[in-house]
Amino acid sequence: MSVLACQDLAFSYDGKDVLEGVNFTLEHGEYLCIVGENGSGKTTLMKGLLHLNKPTKGKIITGDGLKPSEIGYLPQQTQIQRDFPASVYEVVLSGCLNSMGKRLFYGRKHKQRVISNLEALGILSLKNKCYRELSGGQQQRVLLARALCATKKMLLLDEPTTGLDPVAAEEFYQMIQRLNREQGITVIMVSHDVKGVADHASHVLHLDGRQKFFGTMQEYKEQDWSFMYVKGDKNV
Amino acid sequence: MFSLIVEMLSYPFLQRALIVGILVSLCSALLGTSLVLKRYSMIGDGLSHMGFASLAIAYAMGLAPITLSIPICIIAAFLLLRMNENSKIKGDAATALMCSGALAVGVMTISLTTGMNTDVCNYMFGSILAMSSTDVAISVVLSIVVIIMFVAFYPRIFAVTFDENFAKATGVNSNLYNMIIAMLTAVTVVLGMRMMGTLLISSLIVFPSLSAMRIFKRFSRVVIASVVIAVVCFCFGVIISYIYSTPTGASIVIINIVVFMIFALIERLRTKARI
Repeated sequence: MSVLACQDLAFSYDGKDVLEGVNFTLEHGEYLCIVGENGSGKTTLMKGLLHLNKPTKGKIITGDGLKPSEIGYLPQQTQIQRDFPASVYEVVLSGCLNSMGKRLFYGRKHKQRVISNLEALGILSLKNKCYRELSGGQQQRVLLARALCATKKMLLLDEPTTGLDPVAAEEFYQMIQRLNREQGITVIMVSHDVKGVADHASHVLHLDGRQKFFGTMQEYKEQDWSFMYVKGDKNV
Repeated sequence: MFSLIVEMLSYPFLQRALIVGILVSLCSALLGTSLVLKRYSMIGDGLSHMGFASLAIAYAMGLAPITLSIPICIIAAFLLLRMNENSKIKGDAATALMCSGALAVGVMTISLTTGMNTDVCNYMFGSILAMSSTDVAISVVLSIVVIIMFVAFYPRIFAVTFDENFAKATGVNSNLYNMIIAMLTAVTVVLGMRMMGTLLISSLIVFPSLSAMRIFKRFSRVVIASVVIAVVCFCFGVIISYIYSTPTGASIVIINIVVFMIFALIERLRTKARI
């Protein structure tokens, strides 16, 4: 059974259709890159997958033991977070919230999970640092660690390299690829930078208000209109 | 100093004012941390002006002020949150509209009924004489609710404050927590505003947590520190207002300003030392 399936999805906002005809399935361990121009419905689809907004038509089916609340979400950073007084440990621990059930406080299991995720991402030394004093790349790793606390199966990344310098962005992509290959975590990445993940992503979903393309990265590269095909500026 | 405090405590109205004030400061500091970080700092102002209008109307109708203001402020709190979420008029503009609109309604009601008098001045700038034993009872209940909620739902409140979308995506009902926080803020504001004054009550919400954020870098410590700051500043403010016969609300706010400036200075010195 596929881990995620979208059947004829459509979304509207303020009565206007912003996205329609989305049909795709994703198997366990695949790496999907969602691309499109601004306003093409990428963010809408992503919020739909997270159940933050409701589709006007169609269905999102999660399978393979994945509960809807168990998608590890890496949002774009907001202004609120940039000056938030919290330690790295507090931030990452908040990712364990979905496995608390009706319990009020975090248990030892959650705390161990935080430590092991910090370790896996190489930021254990930042554990007691203040989140707002970290560099952009470090903050992104902290939020990734939090997303990993929320999931063992699927990560959803929203333009994760925006605001990172090229070196930090490349390191980040490498890290995502390792998680994808070694731990078998399914990855969905909304991105402007499809070239940056050309060697990593297995599938591409191209949106422009509807589903323009869904297929493997190889097939996508062969489309003469694709962001991969045209040299230079079309990659916004 | 000690004999002064004993002397102050011998007045029943001061006892009531101290109990209500300490509990209201405590609640507003707890709620304030979350509100300030979520960029809802102005919610206290909006609510207190609504409270002013409702007090004026309650007096005109001969009702007990609290019975009318608490429900009106709770409704206003819901509206403010809704407007922040999805509306053409954005949060800050909505709050500004509510502030001045409610103030105008309040002033109009007063001038048409009792006329502008010292009562109006008391609403605006607060009076320490205003606390009744009902207020004491309500503030005890309120503070118990706020403290229990904060302790019991601390992990969830942190998650909703830090990142609402993430919290929602992992299945936390963040709207519910926002509503609860707004509702408790409304009750806190109504209780505190007659002592602190309509124009000054929101300082209890913003100052302590902003001061605490200058120095502390963990959420848990910021919360605890802001409660301590709020209560200490309140007590000092009341003592000063007693000694020098200054208005209570203003005295408390001045103390808060001083604390904020000291903390901001410490923060600046620290960052300089690091460089």
